[in-house]
Amino acid sequence: MLSNWLYIGIFMVVSLFLPAAAIFIAGLLAPKKPNAIKNATYECGMETVGDSWIQFKAQYYVFALVFLVFDIETVFLFPWAVAYNQMTLFGVLEAIVFILILLGALIYAWRKGALEWH
Amino acid sequence: MTTLQIVFLIIAAITLVSACLVVMTRKIMHAALWLVLSLMGVAMVYATLQSGFYAVVQVLVYIGAISTLIIFAVMMTRNVMEDVGPQSNRGWGLALVGSLILFAGTSAILLTWDKAQTVLQEIPAVNGENIQMLGLALVDPMGFLIPFEVASVLLLAALVAAIFLTADIKRSRS
Repeated sequence: MLSNWLYIGIFMVVSLFLPAAAIFIAGLLAPKKPNAIKNATYECGMETVGDSWIQFKAQYYVFALVFLVFDIETVFLFPWAVAYNQMTLFGVLEAIVFILILLGALIYAWRKGALEWH
Repeated sequence: MTTLQIVFLIIAAITLVSACLVVMTRKIMHAALWLVLSLMGVAMVYATLQSGFYAVVQVLVYIGAISTLIIFAVMMTRNVMEDVGPQSNRGWGLALVGSLILFAGTSAILLTWDKAQTVLQEIPAVNGENIQMLGLALVDPMGFLIPFEVASVLLLAALVAAIFLTADIKRSRS
């Protein structure tokens, strides 16, 4: 059981090491001849106007919150789904009630226009 | 020292250092990003404790959703990268004394309490079976049925409140 996590740990170490090594070796080997055009900042070819650390819209926060609610719903439903084969009808109905209550949340968010970009 | 203990020490160091950096770094955006690493360390602690479900939940909910939420909340504030106010105020000496007393008291109790000296035992769980037991307990009337349903109502209330508040922001802006 624990050795399964060891594989993930090795994977994490390798995945951190590979880009670090690539950037380090590139920095070591690449010739450095900077000029004004090479050092210019760009985002998709457009010059940025002003500071890029602006105050973002509150809409992002609503999207993240809606995501959080349904993420937690997934976490609750996952053990239920794993035990589905041994479930009684009562257990299935309880999970359906759980989903229906959160469906109400989704319909509320939808009706209030929280899922649309203003 | 076993390999597991070495791994635990590395994980604990990562978690503690990044948790300290959350409160010590001057830019609030960097604090939010260090928090992600700290939560990842907690997830790795769950993994070493052989509770894979909680490790996955930690990554899914705390790193996947709550950190995103915190980062979006930070992005809503002004001067994300420019806040360079002082990191401490005049009460820091008092806070240091208070936390040292609390640390000494907790350590003294944990070191003398005989229940804290018990040797940990391996949980005899077959892979996957404990998640099934959790799933059955969640919908069991003798188990966690009421908390399970209350959780959905709580999530509903949280969503309604959040949408109501942001609708209020929009109304005041327009």
